Amino acid sequence: MQELSLNILDVAQNSIKAKATLITIKIHKNTMSKTLLISIEDNGCGMSQQQAEQVVDPFYTTRTTRKVGLGVPFFKMSAELTGGTFTIQSELKVGTKISALYYYEHIDMMPVGDMASTMLSLISVNPDIDFIYYFSVDENEFCMNTQEMKTVLEGLPVNSNEVLTFIKNFINENQAEIENSK
Amino acid sequence: MKSLAELQAIRDKMKNSMNVRDDNGNKIRVVVGMATCGIAAGARPVLNGFTEEVAKRNLDNVTVTQTGCIGICQYEPVVEVYTPDGEKTTYVKMTAEKVAKVVTDHLVNGKVVSEYTIGSVAK
Repeated sequence: MQELSLNILDVAQNSIKAKATLITIKIHKNTMSKTLLISIEDNGCGMSQQQAEQVVDPFYTTRTTRKVGLGVPFFKMSAELTGGTFTIQSELKVGTKISALYYYEHIDMMPVGDMASTMLSLISVNPDIDFIYYFSVDENEFCMNTQEMKTVLEGLPVNSNEVLTFIKNFINENQAEIENSK
Repeated sequence: MKSLAELQAIRDKMKNSMNVRDDNGNKIRVVVGMATCGIAAGARPVLNGFTEEVAKRNLDNVTVTQTGCIGICQYEPVVEVYTPDGEKTTYVKMTAEKVAKVVTDHLVNGKVVSEYTIGSVAK
């Protein structure tokens, strides 16, 4: 993976597989502690304690098409390479939350990359799942919420081209504004 | 800060231009592999490319969806096209650049782009 937004897209696929109806992705940058916190939280089927411990093992997977499961291990590694930490909390029938903390000035920090493309990929093929995306730098925050958008759209598809183009610009412009506000 | 007010304008415009879609079952399904192997190999621009290109050409008979790992990780990004006649075509090592050709030749004109298929790549 060349950028963290791809790891986020990958880990969110697990939430989709877990039949989540709401997936919340948060990126919070703290310029005092020079840290970046990324979390992906879902209301999917969840995992048992034992399974939650196993998913960080690259040789654990529930799939049958291949013998390795690298999504979570890659994400964990990306954080730990910067001196950061990784946690996974999960409860059966409640959901899962995965968090990774990065020290973004570390030489092995990957760029966050194109979050608008990641959100677009998720929303375009999963119109029935709701996605909330928060991006914040210190106390400045912006939020994209497909539930709010669906209310505005009054039944029109959230994954129609016009709306997807809007979402892309909405994320790119607002995120740039938060990033540049000091 | 960009707000949702703009989305209301988009909604009103869409409401006026929405055609009644005929869901006659003659759908073409484009399935993009979005597991770790696919994403690491570049599936995101391929998926977004299909979504954009299909919308741009108003191909109401095409749906773009995703799937997990289908077991041929070395050929990712993998895209499967299912046509109403029951045929399945597997495109391998896809890129955003190849998407346009698959849309024009295969999805619009019904001609498989054989040089991108697994049959010609996996020799």
